[in-house]
Amino acid sequence: MIRRNTIPFGPQHPVLPEPIQLHLVMENEKIIQALPAVGYIHRGLEKIAEKKDYIQDVYLAERICGICSFMHSQNYCQGIEELMKVQIPDRAKYLRVIWAETHRIHSHLLILGLLADAFGFENLFMRLWKVREQILNIMEKTTGARVILGVCAIGGVKRDITPELSDYILRELEAVEKQLPELMDSLLKDYSVKQRLIGVGVLPKDKAHELGAVGPVARASGLRMDLRETGYAAYGDLDFKMVVGEAGDCYDRTMVRVKELYTSLDLIRTALKRMPQGPISVAVKGSPPADEVLARIEQPRGELNFYIRGNGTRNLERFRVRTPTFANLPALLHQLTGCELADVPVIAICIDPCISCTER
Amino acid sequence: MLNHVSEITLDQISTEVWKLKQDGHRFVTMTCCDRGETHDILYHFDKNYELKHLRVALPKGTALPSISALFFAALLVENEMKDLMGVQVSGMAIDFQGRFMLAEGAPVAPLNKSIPGIGIQIQDKTPSAPEGTVKS
Amino acid sequence: MVNLINSIFRKLTTPTECLRYPFVKRELPEGTRGRIDIEIDKCTFCGACEKRCPSNALKVTRDPKSWTLNPYSCIICGYCIEVCPKKCIIAHKEHYSPNV
Repeated sequence: MIRRNTIPFGPQHPVLPEPIQLHLVMENEKIIQALPAVGYIHRGLEKIAEKKDYIQDVYLAERICGICSFMHSQNYCQGIEELMKVQIPDRAKYLRVIWAETHRIHSHLLILGLLADAFGFENLFMRLWKVREQILNIMEKTTGARVILGVCAIGGVKRDITPELSDYILRELEAVEKQLPELMDSLLKDYSVKQRLIGVGVLPKDKAHELGAVGPVARASGLRMDLRETGYAAYGDLDFKMVVGEAGDCYDRTMVRVKELYTSLDLIRTALKRMPQGPISVAVKGSPPADEVLARIEQPRGELNFYIRGNGTRNLERFRVRTPTFANLPALLHQLTGCELADVPVIAICIDPCISCTER
Repeated sequence: MLNHVSEITLDQISTEVWKLKQDGHRFVTMTCCDRGETHDILYHFDKNYELKHLRVALPKGTALPSISALFFAALLVENEMKDLMGVQVSGMAIDFQGRFMLAEGAPVAPLNKSIPGIGIQIQDKTPSAPEGTVKS
Repeated sequence: MVNLINSIFRKLTTPTECLRYPFVKRELPEGTRGRIDIEIDKCTFCGACEKRCPSNALKVTRDPKSWTLNPYSCIICGYCIEVCPKKCIIAHKEHYSPNV
């Protein structure tokens, strides 16, 4: 006998780092429909951005997300710079890449740890976060804060990386890279982990494109889509290579993230090597003109869009944030339809949900 | 400086979006902007890192036809627009009835310019009793 | 199996990562943005920091001369430190203590 039940998954659930509710319509153990219910942490951030000064908004944009905060301020600054036609020094572009990539490493390690926690591998979770701590130390030593770096400003960056700090970063990265293979083997080659991940939450390529999936979710399905290829900031000079998966299941998403860790390590090293000398910021005067811009950047979770519209005063006319998790939610609903209830935590964690960015 | 913006009217939306979908574009997002008499609605599409935009000037009070039948991904952002900007969207695949982002008792369409916003402190010049650590 | 024994031995011989906190305190690196403070003798009470503060945590009055920081609103962004014409606002390394 088929019985239909509705199970509310979340907003408080052991695997979910942030509150989102998924209404799961079940037929026995199978999910036949999933619906999201968000709005638990809507902060009205877009409204406050219109009331504040455009320079104060840099600090506001930085606080949209607590994991990839630097990327948000970088994207905002790039948008405003495009709007006001400011050319920033080359050294600032390289410094932005370095901090953005450290953020990517720490974000990927965080979500891989949470994934390990979601399928019950607590030891791996702790060890991944121990490695992450070293990345956080790099950020703390170079910028003065662990996550909310506060170094990005309109017209450049605020702090410089001295040769001593550069040596320190290279040493730390080497130590991180030495620890990675062992951990990644237990994440990718372990029999029980593979059983848990392979073939779960499959998102075919055409569906991923249609549903507008971004970031590692789209790349794991075989879409070649990484904004770093367009060469914003200094990525054009850094021989960036995109990581693409095939199967589009949870295992491939994990694999894409693991490989991106190594890409990011390489990018930081190349950036430190090729970083030119020179000033790190230019002075910006005036206010954003009455024009609009759609600033885009590749975040650890995917493509981040800021729509910025000025009106000639120091306040912005409109500031809209589209975060990658918002774009990945339809893909999540598609993956959940037809899967087993026991797979829901793994699938939900594998899109790397960041709900407080989603709701702003 | 948005390049490739085409201004369209309300009844052209579905045909234009359908053309872009046939062309292999990916739906990025929609943006709604309060312009006084109208809502400025922008559709953003992407193909090979090239953005294309459609702009519709929607008079306030008019319903916007939903494109969620063509792009399911538009469903969330349309619901969000309905909640935050008060845009009526007709024919959505799933309608959250204005309870997508906001809860009961929340202000109606808070992102419109006419709503002042709650709890936002702007620099006021009226002196008030200082709180916190005073140094003088 | 060999791996297992190896890692057990490694764990037994390496010291723990954690600090024994109340006795050993973590050393904060140079340049940490922590508690915001002011060298009040240098301050001219111009109010530049109050105008720029993104979270309205600062209140400056000329008469009587006072500079007030609300630590509950302060987000330690460091914007006031940049804009101060006399460079008299400083960030300490340590953070706000819970009993301010």
